[in-house]
Amino acid sequence: MTTEVGSETEVKKEPEKAEEQPAEPEPPATNQTDEVKAVEAAEQSNESPALATDSAEAKENQEAAQPADNATGPEGEEPPASPPASEKKGISRFLPPWLKKQKSQSAVGPKESQVTPKEEGGVVLVKEEGEKAEQAEAEQTSSTTAAEPQVDEEQVNGEAEPEQKEEVNSEEPAENHSTGSAETQPAKEEKASEKSQEKSAAEEEKKETEKGGEEKKDQEENLKPEGGRYFIKSPLKLTKKVKMVMCHVTILDGSQFPCEVEKRAKGQYLFFKVCEALNLLEKDYFGLSYKDNADQTCWLDPTKEIKRQICNTSWQLAFNVKFYPPDPAQLTEDITRYLLCLQLRQDIASGRLPCSFVTHSLLGSYSLQAELGDHDPDEQRLDYISDFQFAPSQTKEMEEKVVELHKTHRGMTPAQADTQFLENAKKLSMYGVDLHHAKDSEGVDIMLGVCANGLLIYKDRLRINRFAWPKILKISYKRSNFYIKIRPGETEQFESTVGFKLPNHRSAKRVWKVCVENHTFFRLMTPEAPTKAKFLTLGSKFRYSGRTQAQTRQASTLIDRPAPYFERTSSKRISRSLDGAPVINVIDAQDSAPTSVGNGREPCLELSSDSSKSGKLRVQGENIYVRHSNLMLEDLDKTQEDVLKHQASTSELKRSFMEATPETRPSQWEKRLTASPATSLRLQAQGRSPPPTTQEPLPDLTVDTVSKSSDDKQKSDKTTLQAAEVEIEETVVVEEIRVAPKGSVVITTPEVVVTPVAVETEVEKPKEEVMEVKEEVNEEQKRPVSVSSDSHSESEEEAGEYHPQVTVSASVDKIKEEPEEEEEEAVDHEEPEQVADPEPLPEVEVEAMPSPAVVEETPMAEPETALVAEESTEDILVTLDEAPNGHAEDQPGLVAMEEEEEEEPRVNGDASHAETERIPRVICCSEPPVVKTEMVTISDTFAAQKTEITTKEVPIVHTETKTITYEAAQLDGSGDGEPGILMTAQTITSESLCTTTTTHITKTLKGGLSETRIEKRIVITGDSDIDHDQALAQAIKEAKEQHPDMSVTRVVVHKETELADEGED
Amino acid sequence: MAGVMADFGNFTHAVVRAIPSSLAKEALRMNVSDVDLEKARREHEVYVGVLKQKLGLEVIELPADESLPDCVFVEDAAVVCGDTALITRPGAESRRKETAAIRQTLKELGLNIVDMSDETATLDGGDVLFTGREFFVGLSKRTNQRGAEILADAFKDYAVSTVPVTDGLHLKSFCSMGGPGLIVIGSSEPAQKALKIMQQMSDHRYDKLTVPDDIAANTIYMNLPGKGHVLLHCTPEEFPESAKVFEKLKDHMLMPVSNMEKVKVDGALTCCSVLINMKAKV
Repeated sequence: MTTEVGSETEVKKEPEKAEEQPAEPEPPATNQTDEVKAVEAAEQSNESPALATDSAEAKENQEAAQPADNATGPEGEEPPASPPASEKKGISRFLPPWLKKQKSQSAVGPKESQVTPKEEGGVVLVKEEGEKAEQAEAEQTSSTTAAEPQVDEEQVNGEAEPEQKEEVNSEEPAENHSTGSAETQPAKEEKASEKSQEKSAAEEEKKETEKGGEEKKDQEENLKPEGGRYFIKSPLKLTKKVKMVMCHVTILDGSQFPCEVEKRAKGQYLFFKVCEALNLLEKDYFGLSYKDNADQTCWLDPTKEIKRQICNTSWQLAFNVKFYPPDPAQLTEDITRYLLCLQLRQDIASGRLPCSFVTHSLLGSYSLQAELGDHDPDEQRLDYISDFQFAPSQTKEMEEKVVELHKTHRGMTPAQADTQFLENAKKLSMYGVDLHHAKDSEGVDIMLGVCANGLLIYKDRLRINRFAWPKILKISYKRSNFYIKIRPGETEQFESTVGFKLPNHRSAKRVWKVCVENHTFFRLMTPEAPTKAKFLTLGSKFRYSGRTQAQTRQASTLIDRPAPYFERTSSKRISRSLDGAPVINVIDAQDSAPTSVGNGREPCLELSSDSSKSGKLRVQGENIYVRHSNLMLEDLDKTQEDVLKHQASTSELKRSFMEATPETRPSQWEKRLTASPATSLRLQAQGRSPPPTTQEPLPDLTVDTVSKSSDDKQKSDKTTLQAAEVEIEETVVVEEIRVAPKGSVVITTPEVVVTPVAVETEVEKPKEEVMEVKEEVNEEQKRPVSVSSDSHSESEEEAGEYHPQVTVSASVDKIKEEPEEEEEEAVDHEEPEQVADPEPLPEVEVEAMPSPAVVEETPMAEPETALVAEESTEDILVTLDEAPNGHAEDQPGLVAMEEEEEEEPRVNGDASHAETERIPRVICCSEPPVVKTEMVTISDTFAAQKTEITTKEVPIVHTETKTITYEAAQLDGSGDGEPGILMTAQTITSESLCTTTTTHITKTLKGGLSETRIEKRIVITGDSDIDHDQALAQAIKEAKEQHPDMSVTRVVVHKETELADEGED
Repeated sequence: MAGVMADFGNFTHAVVRAIPSSLAKEALRMNVSDVDLEKARREHEVYVGVLKQKLGLEVIELPADESLPDCVFVEDAAVVCGDTALITRPGAESRRKETAAIRQTLKELGLNIVDMSDETATLDGGDVLFTGREFFVGLSKRTNQRGAEILADAFKDYAVSTVPVTDGLHLKSFCSMGGPGLIVIGSSEPAQKALKIMQQMSDHRYDKLTVPDDIAANTIYMNLPGKGHVLLHCTPEEFPESAKVFEKLKDHMLMPVSNMEKVKVDGALTCCSVLINMKAKV
């Protein structure tokens, strides 16, 4: 690996520059300068601090946009990749959407995607060293040659980088706490530089040297190089690093892929390392799976840290097919089909994919042809065959049949044999069906089968019902129940909801997640934008973050590399496994299973949260609205049979076969199915909540410690003070959930908070935290604490509402970014808000508040506020950055009253009081389902930027929440950091039909001036019939009348709507 | 080489059974009717002749068993798909013994025999609709869930979906396959309802050919080398309106076959033969 450090760095510089120039048009000029700086920083790599990071990020962003040319990437040969389309598709095409999202998310902060730059750098390298690149790719293991920087690798790295970045970000907060923020920034820079130089050993050395000074940085940096190849190459280095964890990934051929990963690495990092090692480009069909405590197979969420998902001490994972392509012939590369074949052989051998005798024999014969080549009459012995496993239990008769059929395949290339294998396997009725045990409404045992086309219901082996994705309006789960709302039939007027009882909450969530993912992947053209999801839904924010099948197909068309050479070793492995370990029979396999993670069918993304939730939370429903897109994937399937074309006649299989190394397989499909829903409760929950907060402070936000402490305090306070309220909220949530199916909508109208700004800040901080953390925390907190309502909402959010936005193809990047932030924010916000409302603790919270309020979405928005509406997600991001400034300013500047209207999820509807608002300009809309999350938009009025904060999606479950904040321009400038003093906290609750008003008065001393803030909260609950605008206007009017001498500084509107109903939007 | 789910409609052999004299009086029927035994036998001879001479199938004719008045309806006794034959357990007690001769015959043909030994299971072949890609099993008076489960176990490659049959004797009393992806369906409400269920349950899309008369929807489709799409259907004499519908099938070799007498004892065209594709045997 010791090679051209210098050259690498140079390469980067050059490419970056080149890229920058083209990119310039898009990004502002400032970016360029920043980029330059970043480049320099990268060169210097280690020690340039934060500035460099920002610039680097900016660069990355720009680059990302441009990359098209380089996109061809894989082998460094940038052929014809269309320049036009390439802009985003270029490099990024190989990147799964979630990567992009992450990038974007990171972008919010300074992080953005570094991937592109790296890739570019890689490309450059390729050009320079095209020859080398090829070699390197073939070897993957970084040979000593300088060629290492092949495009593929680079891409991989680049992909991995985003993860790292994210990690970094998440870590940054922690670092800030512990070591200080300064370190974190440099780390980023270093990362960038490292990425560019990954290949060069020199960098490693540098890192090492640096490590002494900055351990943390080193760790992160090291991760990339070490995790993959480097790790293999130089184990010694690994040992040095502190937080590295050794992962063992079982590859489909049964071999083990050891990979050292930074402890906080996210799933995608490891996934890309594996894909890189496999030389796999069409990776979107695959995923990493692991076994949870209940021995259920779960999918590793690429966007979350591995350690938060894997409970067991041993990081044992398996690389599996996650989405079975309905038409494997449409896959672009033979290697992808080969891996699919390996997965299917596993499925068949384990019994998970049932076949008839004849089919077992036929498929087995293709496997033989692919691995052994033409039947050799001289090798009449059946021995060689008994090494293969063609069926869960294979007989001599079957083996004879296999040989008989094998003879007929003479002349067929391995790729052709694989294709034939797949053409037959795909027709099997259980191909790609992910089964889950459940009971119907009458308690009868059934199986839920999730597949590309929809949801299948089995009783025993019989299909008793089928719900195609287009028929499903909504997918939700609540506790251990899983619901689907069915589109009314031709003769039916009303939609119906079908419920299933899962063994436990976790399993219910797992099914839900699988449905979300499969629907998105197979049914949608693009993943849902997280932001939108926020608006519509409550509940879990989980969404499929990867590319859809349509996207991955599109990307695959751009693959332009010579068919990569690969060895087919599966059969050997199988044989070995048979010999050594008793994996042959399904039963055996199950027994042996513990080691093998192999089956990936049952994906559980986030178990921990669920488990904890299941026990405690009541309101955990999650709704997914599936919007039916007209886009049908089916059409795509038809095109085919280009396969033959693609079938590259790779070298003969026999050789590879001979070489194969056997390992135990993981065949635990059956277990999965039968797997009992082990106790969902996890220890993790306990541990999780605390750590997450600490670990994932928002990098962007300056307020670190405060937020946490405040949150805790608030929580506690809330519990005591707001217990009553909380309960109410909970009930509300429940009602909403329940109601939703019926169609009733609960709308909470505007809560007017005079000066709640402080609260907002808190929220932001938590946002930074990883989603996972939030979930955990929320759950825990929620239940124990009176705050439960918030928690519920959060939990629900986590659970997921998945709004498949068919038509809208939100940019992946944005989406990705938003969701994370949102989630984080939501969690934080919720808690703080609750606290804030009852208690005047604005000070603490205030820290983060960004001055500029942005009008994101104004579904409820009043006419007065006609500011720019931005998507809540964006706002959120912005707010974070701004937040620190804004709050302080706001307070001092305007003593005036800020009214925030928050919609509270509370059951009680209430009429509102309004505290006057005079000039609500800024509007922040967040879409947190939970009322608690207050979106505090801080008073910085002007901008319609995003101040918000707030609410992201609170945990509220089913309801859809929108928060709109109107801020008065007056507030600008008022930023006093001083906390206000709570003069009085009056809570007046009048229950008229549906209106509740809560008023808080807070006095704040600012520089000798005292501000009196009156915060009123008005909750309006009612059917969609309610004219929200009118209600809001009335509330504001009343507020002004009540306090003629005060000005309305802020209006925050939280709108919660049951997703199902949605009439209100 | 034969792949999974290939060669739909391609048959080489047919198993039929003669009509016993007891059919006229003792055969089960849903509606009271008098059967002209001689006429029925003539019909059957024509039926067998079509299979043998016109279509060139290897027809195995089993002798009638007077103790089994319904024995001519061999379809109910076995479900053959590929090289596997599921010997059923007919829902009608009086017909249970019909399977013995069929089983013996199929076994001699070299098929893999699967028996339905579960005493609680019942299945009539007339309730089994094989579309080439999947099975639909009618849950009727003669067929229960357990029987369908066993069928699903016997043919693991295929999805097996259940369809409630409220009216009529069997699922195939009002539907059948008229070609690859083509379901011939009766126009009655129960028939249409069943079709909708089948369409909902399937991952595949089927075209439908609706005929005015339910029983006319029972046809025999074959895809024979040298002959292409072949469809045996009702005669214009029996169901003039339905026959017109079939005549619209331009790609099919249409072969009207009279079945007037056997219908009286609920015997449809498909009921009288078990079709086998020995080539499919891998």
